Amino acid sequence: MERIPILKIGSYLLVSIQVDMHDRLAMTLQDDLTEQIVRVRAKGVLIDISSLEIVDSFIGRTLGNIAAMSRVLDAQTVLVGMQPAVAITLVELGMSLPGVRTALNVDQGLALLQTAIDQGDDGAGDGH
Amino acid sequence: MSSTIDQRIAQVLTANESEMLADWLKRQQQEGRTRYDEAEAREKSSQFLKLFAAAIQNGSLEGVGPQWQDVYDMLADLSRNRAQQGFSPSETAAFIFSLKQTLFDRLRREFGSDSHGLVDAVWTASNVLDKLGLYTTEVHQKRREEVIARQQQELLELSTPVVELWDGILALPLIGTLDSSRTQVVMESLLERIVETSAKIAIIEITGVPTVDTLVAQHLLKTVAAARLMGADCIISGIRPQIAQTIVHLGVDLGTVITKATLADAFRIALQRSNLTVTRTQTS
Repeated sequence: MERIPILKIGSYLLVSIQVDMHDRLAMTLQDDLTEQIVRVRAKGVLIDISSLEIVDSFIGRTLGNIAAMSRVLDAQTVLVGMQPAVAITLVELGMSLPGVRTALNVDQGLALLQTAIDQGDDGAGDGH
Repeated sequence: MSSTIDQRIAQVLTANESEMLADWLKRQQQEGRTRYDEAEAREKSSQFLKLFAAAIQNGSLEGVGPQWQDVYDMLADLSRNRAQQGFSPSETAAFIFSLKQTLFDRLRREFGSDSHGLVDAVWTASNVLDKLGLYTTEVHQKRREEVIARQQQELLELSTPVVELWDGILALPLIGTLDSSRTQVVMESLLERIVETSAKIAIIEITGVPTVDTLVAQHLLKTVAAARLMGADCIISGIRPQIAQTIVHLGVDLGTVITKATLADAFRIALQRSNLTVTRTQTS
């Protein structure tokens, strides 16, 4: 079965979505990621969606859920590299994913994770 | 029957060409008033008469078919030129319609007492000239519409520049009313530039937006939300006192969006966020 690889870098997990997400895949990712966070005691999760070009409301909600679940498991989540078209679509769908941290690229995402963890922020803030 | 009328009209046209040209030009001058350009009118008129006579001889007086293509091409060219020079549609169409009187005078002389033939001939000629006249108006209108469409596009592009204030700080000065289609363009160009420049902060400057109602506010919030999803923060600046009052009266919730009264304040915040400071240099 198709799976999205979850890479461990230090105490972070990196998920790079390179294929079009379908519902089953999104659910599998959710299961895998939560398991991995607990297993490796990850402090932060970076989800790179720069190759993702199509989203629907389900995928949008799943991304939001994944972020919320990670937070419950004490791992900060940053969504990086969203395409303009995807951002516009999500906003038009009425999903502005409040409470999810975002960054322009993996570099900035890592920096954001670092500061968030240093400050011991609970992640429910405004994403700055 | 109809072919003989066609031939006779064609004959009238070719036989009296120079005389008709002079008469027609005089009428154009009367109708054209200030815009009349002797040389241009003479050239176009004689060209038209030749093409018109040729079309009748080769085809029919129906005003359709491949024989008429040259006439239509010439008229299209003429109308486009005149539309560009600011002629009104009726002034453009007057070029063709002023030929009627001239042609009918000649036809009357040609047919003499044959009133049946004269009525037929006038009817056919009138028909085809009307068709041609309407065609000039049509082309004129189309040309004007092209101009309007182009200006609209230019306005749309002009009004949404995204400027880079500093490394990683973008500004989007908005001028004019924000409607749905403009918001779309604004949003797209801002997001594209955010990707291009990897900017972390975007300042939306709305001094030039005359009114902010619930719809405009919603459009602004959408733009801010989309930019945030991509990982850039937005600051809305240039909120005039009047607009602040409207926003509150309307009960618009700007949520967590940072708002500043002036662009300078917004820029200061942006610099602070980027861990930059501006200091005065020591003067000697």
